[in-house]
Amino acid sequence: MQKITREQLIEKASELLANGTVSCVLGWGAGEFGYDVTPTVFKTAEEMKTGFVFSDFCGANFSKYLVAKTQKTEGKILVFLKPCDTYSFNQLLTEHRFDREKVYAVGIPCEGMADISKIKAICGEGISSITAEGDTFIVTTLYDDEPIAIEASAVLAERCVNCKSKKHVAYDELMGEDGDVLDSGRFDEVARLEAMTPDERFAFWQNELSRCIRCNACRDACPACTCEKCVFDNPKSGVENKSPANSFEEKLFHIIRAFHVAGRCTDCGECSRVCPQNIPLHLLNRKFIKDINEFYGDYQAGAEVGSRAPLVNYTTADLEPGEVFNREG
Amino acid sequence: MLKCSLDKIQNLFAEISKSAKLYLPVDGKDGGASYGEWSEGVEWSGALNTTKSPKDFFFPQTEDLMAFKTAGKSIEIIDTRSESEDFVVFGVRACDAKSFDILDRVFLSEPQDSFYAMKRKHGIIVTAACTKPSETCFCQTFGIDPASPAGDISTWKTADALYLQANTEKGTALLEKLGAILEECSDDAVNAQKEKTAAIMQKLPLKDLNTDDFGGGKTQELFNNPAWDELSQSCLGCGTCTFVCPTCQCYDIKDFNTGNGVIRYRCWDSCMYSEFTRMAHGNNRLTQKERFRQRFMHKLVYYPENNDGLFSCVGCGRCLAKCPISMNIVKVMKKIGGNKGE
Ligand code: SF4
Ligand code: SF4
Ligand code: SF4
Ligand code: SF4
Ligand code: SF4
Repeated sequence: MQKITREQLIEKASELLANGTVSCVLGWGAGEFGYDVTPTVFKTAEEMKTGFVFSDFCGANFSKYLVAKTQKTEGKILVFLKPCDTYSFNQLLTEHRFDREKVYAVGIPCEGMADISKIKAICGEGISSITAEGDTFIVTTLYDDEPIAIEASAVLAERCVNCKSKKHVAYDELMGEDGDVLDSGRFDEVARLEAMTPDERFAFWQNELSRCIRCNACRDACPACTCEKCVFDNPKSGVENKSPANSFEEKLFHIIRAFHVAGRCTDCGECSRVCPQNIPLHLLNRKFIKDINEFYGDYQAGAEVGSRAPLVNYTTADLEPGEVFNREG
Repeated sequence: MLKCSLDKIQNLFAEISKSAKLYLPVDGKDGGASYGEWSEGVEWSGALNTTKSPKDFFFPQTEDLMAFKTAGKSIEIIDTRSESEDFVVFGVRACDAKSFDILDRVFLSEPQDSFYAMKRKHGIIVTAACTKPSETCFCQTFGIDPASPAGDISTWKTADALYLQANTEKGTALLEKLGAILEECSDDAVNAQKEKTAAIMQKLPLKDLNTDDFGGGKTQELFNNPAWDELSQSCLGCGTCTFVCPTCQCYDIKDFNTGNGVIRYRCWDSCMYSEFTRMAHGNNRLTQKERFRQRFMHKLVYYPENNDGLFSCVGCGRCLAKCPISMNIVKVMKKIGGNKGE
C-alpha cells in the first residue's frame, strides 16, 4: 500500500501552483472503477480535488509524456515520479528529448503497484469496489456476498515484484524518504531461458509472439521509443506494416525494437504492463541488459544523465565480437 | 428447447466437429482466453470474453486478396480465394454476436466483399448467454440482452447442463445432426437463469449509460466540442482499442514484393494511426486529437447516420479493459454527451 497519500500530493501541487513554480500538473486522473487511471494534466488545485487520484493502480510512467507536454506548455510542469520513472526521466534527458528547465520533478516513494489482472484472477469479473487497508485489498464484487481480502504482495505487478530500485535518481524535490537500489531477482527468468536449448528457446518466443496483434502499445508506451516517425510507420522504410502478416514479421518487429532500445531501456516495465496479450516483453530487454552487464561491466541506463552507454562507447578493453558469438546462450 | 448434460459436453463437441471445424474460447496460460480449434480434450474456457473478438473468423487481421507473378514480360494474376468449408464458432457472447450485424452492413452491402461473404456463408455461430457480466460490460446501452444472445444457435449453461435452441435454418440443421446427445426439455431452467441475469444487469455500474446525446445528425453539435482536447490528451495512438474491438472494420490494402511477383493483401488498420487513410497530400487528420475524435464520432455518429441509427459499439468492454491509459468510449460518452450515466 502506498505510504504517500492523495491529499499530500494535492497539497504539494496546490502549493507549487499557488506560488507560481509550476503552471500545471501531470498526474493521475480518476476513472470509472477505481483501477482505471488516466494520465491527465491538471491546471488548478480545484481540478485536482475533483479528478486527481493516487492509489496502488498509478503504475503509468509519466516520463515519456514530458516529451510532448513540455513543447505545448507555458511555464513549468509538475510531474510526480516514482523511483523507476526517474530512470526513464534521466535517460530521456541524456537523449535530449525534453527541456529540463520546463519540468519540476517531485520524487514520490513507491510501495509497488498492483496488477488488476492478477486481482481479477483471484476475485473474478464484476468488481464493484477496491479499497486498500494496510497490506490488504478489500474487494467487493457483484457476485460475492462477502468482501474478498487479497494480500497486496500476491497481486503486485511483475515489474514491482522485481523492482530494481527504490532510489530516486532525479528530482527537484523529494517527498517522503528515499530508498535504495535493490538486489532484485529480475534476471532469474532470463537465466532460465538461457538454460534452454536454442530450439526450446525459439519455441518459447514463437509461442509468445504468436499472440501479438501488433497494436503497438508496447512501442507507444515505451519511454525509449520516442522517434517522431518509427521505421514501422514509415512507408518508405520497406518494413512498415500494420499487422504481423506472418511469423517472420511478428519476430522482426520485436527483434528490431529490442535492438533499438538496447542500452537505453531502463527496464521500467511499461511494455509488458500495457500489452493486451500479456507477452513478457521485459524478458527480451532484460536479456540485453544482462548481456551488457556481463560483457562490459554493470550498467544501468538512466542512473545518471549523460552517461556513455557501453554500446555507443569504445574502450580498448571491449570484448571482440567473436567472444560474443562463441558464447553459449 | 434441447439440452445436453455437462458431463457429455466433450461428446457434443466431438459430434459437432464430425461435420465442421469447431472453434471455441480456450484459456491461455496467462489467464487470457482466445479462440482455438477444438480437438479431443480441449476445454471450453469459463472466461467471460476472449481478448481478441471472434471477428477474426470473418474479417481476419491479415488476408491475401490476390497475387501477381511475373516471368519475363508477362504477368500472371492469381486468384488466392479458396472455397471455404463449414465451420462452427462456439461460445460467442451476445455483444460479439451483435457485432456481426454491424460488420455485415459494411461488407455485405453492394458491392459485396466476396472474402467476407464466403466466410459468413460457411460460418455457423453458436452463442452462449452470460451469467456473470463484468463491471466493464455495457451491452444494454445498445439494447443487447446478454441473457438472450442471437446467433444461429443460442445456448445457456447452468450448473449441470447446456441448453440449446436453434434460431436459423443453419442452426436447426446443425442441431439435427447432433441427435442422441440432446434431449427435449422445458424452458424453465433457462427462464430462471434469464431472470437472474436481468437482476444483475440492474446492478452493473454502467447500467444507466445511454445514447440519447448521440446518433445521426449530431456531427455539427459534437465535432467541435472543446472536451475532445482533454479526452485525447494522453492517447498514445497505439490502436489497441481498435484491434480488440469487435466492430472496427477498417483495413489497408498492401502489396508485398516477393522478388518475382507481388502478394496483395489486406490488414486491419486503425484510425488512431498517423498513416490511416493517407493520401497523396498526406494524412487528413494531422493530430492525435483528430484521430481520437474520428474513432468515437464514427462509432456514435457517422455509422448510425448511415445505418438507420444502429451504433457501431456493442458495449463489450474490451477497450475499457485494454487501453494502456484507460481512456475509452464510456468516458467519452459521459463527457461529451454530458450524460453522467448515473
Ligand atoms: S518498479 Fe519499483 S519503483 Fe517502479 S512502480 Fe514498481 S515498485 Fe514502484
Ligand atoms: S503491446 Fe503486445 S500485442 Fe501489442 S504490439 Fe506490443 S507485443 Fe504485440
Ligand atoms: S484510446 Fe487507448 S487504446 Fe486507443 S489508441 Fe489511445 S491509448 Fe491506445
Ligand atoms: S468500442 Fe469498445 S466497448 Fe464498444 S464494441 Fe468496441 S471494444 Fe467493445
Ligand atoms: S474509423 Fe476507427 S473506429 Fe471506425 S471502424 Fe475504422 S478503426 Fe474503427
